[in-house]
Amino acid sequence: MRRLINQQPGRAGALMLSALPFILVVAAYLYYSNARLAENPGDKLLPAPATIAATIHRFALEEDERSGEYLLWNDTRASLERLLTALAISALIGVTLGVAIGVLPYLRHALGPFVAAVSLIPPLAVLPILFIVVGLGEGAKITLIIIGVAPVIVRDLAMRTGELPGEQMIKAQTLGASTWHLVLRVVLPQMWPRLIDALRLTLGSAWLFLIAAEAIASTEGLGYRIFLVRRYLAMDVILPYVAWITVLAFSTDWLLRLLRAKAFAWAKAST
Amino acid sequence: MTQVTVKRLWKEFGAQVVLENINLHIGDHEFVTIVGASGCGKTTFLRMLLGVETPSRGEFLIDGSPLPSEPGPDRGIVFQRYSLFPHLTVIDNLLLGLELRGSPMLGRLFGRRRRRAMDRADQLLDAVGLQGAADKYPKALSGGMQQRLSIAQSVICEPKILLLDEPFGALDPGITSDMHTLILKLWNMNKMTVFMVTHDLQESFALGTRLVVFDKVRVDPQAPDAFGATITFNIPLKGRRTQNN
Repeated sequence: MRRLINQQPGRAGALMLSALPFILVVAAYLYYSNARLAENPGDKLLPAPATIAATIHRFALEEDERSGEYLLWNDTRASLERLLTALAISALIGVTLGVAIGVLPYLRHALGPFVAAVSLIPPLAVLPILFIVVGLGEGAKITLIIIGVAPVIVRDLAMRTGELPGEQMIKAQTLGASTWHLVLRVVLPQMWPRLIDALRLTLGSAWLFLIAAEAIASTEGLGYRIFLVRRYLAMDVILPYVAWITVLAFSTDWLLRLLRAKAFAWAKAST
Repeated sequence: MTQVTVKRLWKEFGAQVVLENINLHIGDHEFVTIVGASGCGKTTFLRMLLGVETPSRGEFLIDGSPLPSEPGPDRGIVFQRYSLFPHLTVIDNLLLGLELRGSPMLGRLFGRRRRRAMDRADQLLDAVGLQGAADKYPKALSGGMQQRLSIAQSVICEPKILLLDEPFGALDPGITSDMHTLILKLWNMNKMTVFMVTHDLQESFALGTRLVVFDKVRVDPQAPDAFGATITFNIPLKGRRTQNN
């Protein structure tokens, strides 16, 4: 008998093992949903698959009676717009500040501790300030995500820049590189894949801040919808929405990973 | 013509004396090999020549003027490792020096100027035996190929001085003799002055026109850091240059 750490499942076995937890969760859901509905047909906690399917149909494929919009797509568009805008701005801030702090000692001393402090402010605690200062519009929600995400990216990229071997920096200088050259031809190209890693890691908290902001002050968006229908115990809406958010988050992550592998073949992916 | 003069040079890190009273004069187109026990300041000496460490006392002169206090294109360097750019292909690594010096804004060359730079890079690639690997990334190269590329990368900028910090220390013994032939060829082609730190005495005799030995002459067992190393031997080696021309 080989040791457990040396035992590998085959191809089919691996696939089945990966699917198993999903199947178990679905099966458990079906079982309990069935049991509860048998006892009380009006139960709202674990709606039947048919109910959920009907709700999805209503939200995704039928116009809303009041607004005349397809609610699911409208919410998705609103949320993704906020999320992607915030991520793009955070990436821009992250690269510019992170690389600058990593490369320039003067800037590192001037801004390093400040960024470290700012990144420790709990973003949700700042949300009321944002609502007061920026108002309840899109600005506040996007700013919240940026406050939560950008400092993390700045710190990460500053650290990654600092980790580049000193030999590389010296070599580039002996090849006639100015500071600007170093940034442009040596540091930035090596930071792009790092930026993608940082974005992937902050994706989870970005969604968290997005949904929190939408829950508090919004009129559309995925987070807004779940918190709206919570009042009616509409699990048939909440469950598919949560699943949909998960799918969106997962595909964003997957796309970023794909981009990293395709565009930066020289950098072996760490995860 | 490149003359390197070192006058009464001291280097201290806090209370630790690393080098004391170094005096040296190196003429044009010499191949200086530097040997000594580990920790005796060979690499510190090289790093001062490079401009990343500053002498505590004394001075470095190149052709009579003080050494700049930062690395520059007049002094090339090949480290033992990590001196290639992992995000650039072999040919782009080689082109980098020409591109940086030819384009202050973008650090890239285009059109006719790029083609001319490319011709030179191709020539040098042939000279160091990497013609087949032009489009590979450094991590796909063997250790010996990486060092050949790193040397070529410095040589393409035609530095007056080339510094080598144990460049072949991490390579298989079988490859080093090829590397020796290569470095002597490039040294003769480009008429530069070479400083090479090595721990291999045989190598230092085989390559150098001048052998410099760093060692501590005074040792205080109670305070091992109180005295630094100095040059104990400075031996001209005859014949290498004519033999290789």
